[in-house]
Amino acid sequence: MLIIENISIHYKSKKEDMPVIENLSLQLQGGEAMVILGHSGCGKSTLINALAGTLTLDKGRIDYVRDNDRQKLNPMQHKIGLIPQNCGLLPWKTVKENCLLPLKIRRDRMDGKRKEDIRKIYEALDITDFLDKYPNELSGGQVQRAAIARAFILNPDVLLMDEPFSALDAITREEASGLFLKVWNQIKPTTILVTHSIDEALYLGNNILVMGEHMGAVKYQMQNPYFGQQYPEDVTYLVTKKLLREQLKQEERVEANA
Amino acid sequence: MLKLYRRCTMFLLGFLSINLIWYLAFLMTDMAVIPNPIRVYQSFASVLSDHIAVHIWYSLRRIGLGLAFSLIIGIPIGILMAYSKKANTILYPLIYFSYPIPKTALLPVAMLIWGMRDGSKVVIMFLVIVFQVIISVRDSVINIDPRLYQVIQSTGANKGQIIRHVTLPAILPQLLTSVRVSLGAAVSILFFVEGYGTKYGMGYYILDAWSRINYIEMYIGIIVISVIGFFLFVSIDYISYKLCKWKNIIS
Repeated sequence: MLIIENISIHYKSKKEDMPVIENLSLQLQGGEAMVILGHSGCGKSTLINALAGTLTLDKGRIDYVRDNDRQKLNPMQHKIGLIPQNCGLLPWKTVKENCLLPLKIRRDRMDGKRKEDIRKIYEALDITDFLDKYPNELSGGQVQRAAIARAFILNPDVLLMDEPFSALDAITREEASGLFLKVWNQIKPTTILVTHSIDEALYLGNNILVMGEHMGAVKYQMQNPYFGQQYPEDVTYLVTKKLLREQLKQEERVEANA
Repeated sequence: MLKLYRRCTMFLLGFLSINLIWYLAFLMTDMAVIPNPIRVYQSFASVLSDHIAVHIWYSLRRIGLGLAFSLIIGIPIGILMAYSKKANTILYPLIYFSYPIPKTALLPVAMLIWGMRDGSKVVIMFLVIVFQVIISVRDSVINIDPRLYQVIQSTGANKGQIIRHVTLPAILPQLLTSVRVSLGAAVSILFFVEGYGTKYGMGYYILDAWSRINYIEMYIGIIVISVIGFFLFVSIDYISYKLCKWKNIIS
């Protein structure tokens, strides 16, 4: 279980001290996939960075509970899989080296079973053919799948994804998110995915949360019955979609009035 | 392979045209200072046996030591300056101020402190190269896309691992370019540092032939030192081609 308790994050420069997230609290059950919907600039990337341990909190705490043992979430102890916006593959390493780097950093032991698992992930994401290529030689979709493979190979406790599919065209996006879901269902790590796409939220999250424009306030939260269904032919699906759009939009109107 | 072929023809053409100019100069003037290039090349064989390899070895060793010390000291300082604001505030004015000072002007001081032998020679080489290395490392570390650190940080990497997997590979292409430029400078100051306190080295070889008014040998020395410079240039190119394969793919 992942517990985010009352966290605040400020961006500080010499001149100003700007709060980006103020008093945010969230709770995720083990194996839950939470999608955070929000406009750009609402602090969703900041939240991901804070969870990944690349930003320090000004207030509050983020804990991870495993077997009733509650500990501060920390990259040294817990396995955090991160898929950032640009995928974050190192251009001087081949796809394979990139995928195995997290294991190398953590000095994980490699036995026969582990190797077999890794090979299965390569296959499931269909990246076996270009393992020895450099990221510059690949298409956007291939880079995306390699980044997903890298995150899953770590067998993460927590999986963090920042707009993972937004840079891809529609067809490639569908394909990549489908493959992603296939592997996700086998491992089921606790996942936080941030995006601005309602379709993506309804497809990839079993719990959807709409973030307000300011300081990371939670505006709306719902359990998603359409998790893992691409274009369900259900009338209520469209209603839900509309509802989420309204929630996202509302904010804009308030702002226009102000 | 095609690239290599093109480079070879370019080298050959350059070599031929320089010799053509030399030959024309020989025809037009009537001075002992400009001998017939054909005569110079004819006497090559006799001189090559004349311990010239030892001279080359001494020169290369001085350059190599100077370069090695520059890299060993310059890379950590450059990285430190890029990552630590404090270190940068203290070191940058110093580096900025001493960068344009002609390091060869410090030769008398170096001689007094490190003696007439290889000590002062290597120190001058080091001083000529190291600032270039520090500045180029600092600048290229600053230019690394900060997003490249995210994933490795989130897997719990320590500072050493981040430097090894992100910082060093990221700065390598620019570092090699600056080393290539510095090596050119290092070859040219061979004349300077091998003009005293030694009986070996290409700089000494040329100066010695010059003082004996043996122009043929002097020209051979000049040709050999040019080839050394060219060889160093090409080997850095080759290293950069081998180590930065990922970079070649884009171009």
